[in-house]
Amino acid sequence: MFIELENICKSFGSYKASDEVSFGLKEGALGALLGPSGSGKTTILKMIAGLEIPDSGDIRLDGARVNNVHPSKRGIGFVFQNYALFRYMTVFDNIAFGLKTRKTARAEVKRRVEELLSLIGLSGFEKRYPSQLSGGQKQRVAFARALAWNPRLLLLDEPFAAIDAKVRKELRSWLRSMISALKITSIFVTHDQAEAIEVADRIIITNHGRVEQTGSPIELYREPATPFVASFLGESMIVEDYGRLLGFEGAPPNSRGALRPEFIQIYGPGEKIQYENSVEEATVVSLAFRGACVEAVIDLHGFQLSSGYSLEKPSISVGGKVKVLIYRLYAFEGDKATLVNNSRLEAHGNGYSFAI
Amino acid sequence: MAELSFSRENKWLRRLLIMVSFVFITVMLILPLVQVLAQVWDFGFKNFWEAVTDEYTLKALKLSILTMISAVTLNTLFGLAAAWAITRFRFWGKGLLITLIDIPFAVSPVIAGLVFIMTFGRLGWTYPFLEAHDIKIVFATPGLVLATIFVTFPFVAREIIPVLLSRGTDEEEAAMLLGSGFFQLFRRVTFPHLKWALLYGIILCTARALGEFGAVSVVSGHLRGKTNTLPLHIEILFREYHTAQSFSAAAILVAAAILILVFRNILEHVSEKDREF
Repeated sequence: MFIELENICKSFGSYKASDEVSFGLKEGALGALLGPSGSGKTTILKMIAGLEIPDSGDIRLDGARVNNVHPSKRGIGFVFQNYALFRYMTVFDNIAFGLKTRKTARAEVKRRVEELLSLIGLSGFEKRYPSQLSGGQKQRVAFARALAWNPRLLLLDEPFAAIDAKVRKELRSWLRSMISALKITSIFVTHDQAEAIEVADRIIITNHGRVEQTGSPIELYREPATPFVASFLGESMIVEDYGRLLGFEGAPPNSRGALRPEFIQIYGPGEKIQYENSVEEATVVSLAFRGACVEAVIDLHGFQLSSGYSLEKPSISVGGKVKVLIYRLYAFEGDKATLVNNSRLEAHGNGYSFAI
Repeated sequence: MAELSFSRENKWLRRLLIMVSFVFITVMLILPLVQVLAQVWDFGFKNFWEAVTDEYTLKALKLSILTMISAVTLNTLFGLAAAWAITRFRFWGKGLLITLIDIPFAVSPVIAGLVFIMTFGRLGWTYPFLEAHDIKIVFATPGLVLATIFVTFPFVAREIIPVLLSRGTDEEEAAMLLGSGFFQLFRRVTFPHLKWALLYGIILCTARALGEFGAVSVVSGHLRGKTNTLPLHIEILFREYHTAQSFSAAAILVAAAILILVFRNILEHVSEKDREF
């Protein structure tokens, strides 16, 4: 592990911002700290940078403990949420700041700043002030400033939060390709799951100051380890006492679980059903056009479940009967979530068959 | 500036409020000041000049300026330090410190003066020490400076704190991560943000220090030519029925006040332009 946090705790008064936080990231990886606001993501990032000091626990960078290393000596580049560009300095001086504090020769400063400006596509903007730049341009300048001194780790706090939706998508893929090209280990903070899934190699999910789960986007999405992750990532519907569902009779009493729309297969009238003995009848409650498909809400043993229904399939109508197959669900037990497959389908092979 | 829609509908209310404001300011503030200048005009320039260049008036003016410069300098340094500590560090007792800074606004200047008499005067607990080392504080210049500092204490800090709070610590954290030392960080990152607020605070502090009467009156001892500041001198002249001299000396303070106001307005105008950053 290139960057590693072990049992980090941090409190502000009685508020526990970090509670036994542990995770690691390999060299060159792009990690996302994902969680709802107030879950302690930014505090973790600031502790890695040295802007906050953990109450206990170790932070290791490339094998060496850095808890007591001054922020400027850790070799970290930091992109702040609102960029924190120096308002009274030009773009050139902003990017050059870190080089000048490290007593770089003037000609070298000029060369490096010009190189970075062309990297971020803002050559010719040297003399502008931050107030004369758009949000996306400020973001790029902040990125260049953080990279000026070739840091070994790049930290980005909500890098896209302050940018309007249109530019955000463009900037996301720009940043992703920039980081892959530079091969720099990076961690960014976000509360937007789509952003984390699209950009990151590894996602660290935080909630109430704790790390809920760490893994690749697809691992987290398919095999959430806690009820929080199951309901936070993707769309999910909570079901109580799911033993009523065909194929899940083995459920303990007062069971709780979650279903994703794609776990539900709806068969229209006359449709060929592969696993005839695993389906049961449900009533269509509502239909809403969603473009690529119709979102159907069905009533199954009192559960209101929603799932996509292809427009290519036989037509169904509100109040009509359909056949429904539930492939799997996440069973909750305390703070653990486990994947439970439909027991009637076990003969046909268990779990996900699709591999990416 | 946008007008409230209800005030546009209520024409009469609007006119009434504007009129009341103007009449009040004219009667309470402008007329008395004009009166002072008009009086001086009546005395004639020759009398005025004699009064102003009087030995004791000049000495009082000098002492006032010396006191003002000392108090403003010390309060500027204190204000910067306090504002930095309050907005940039987390520490126990911060709320208390913020409240304490405001004490001079709440306490009567007379009490401020008495506090120094009780501390450094003949009855004060430090008197034996001061006496032994031949240090004079009360009824001497140091006492005047101390009293003025006390009264003008909050001005600089009060102006800077909101600016530092609203700017946040991001830029400074960024500078620190980029390897900047404290003084470079302050000079290049923080100072450009607070320079206007700081100047504004200094101006308010200057105006107040120059005109301070109450606290200074208590610790002064009224030794003519030694511990009389200009406001004290004006009062003495007035009490001794030297009306002409008294008003002439007062004109100096009025002129200084007007100068400070003009400077303040220029400053506001310039800083407004700078705010686009």
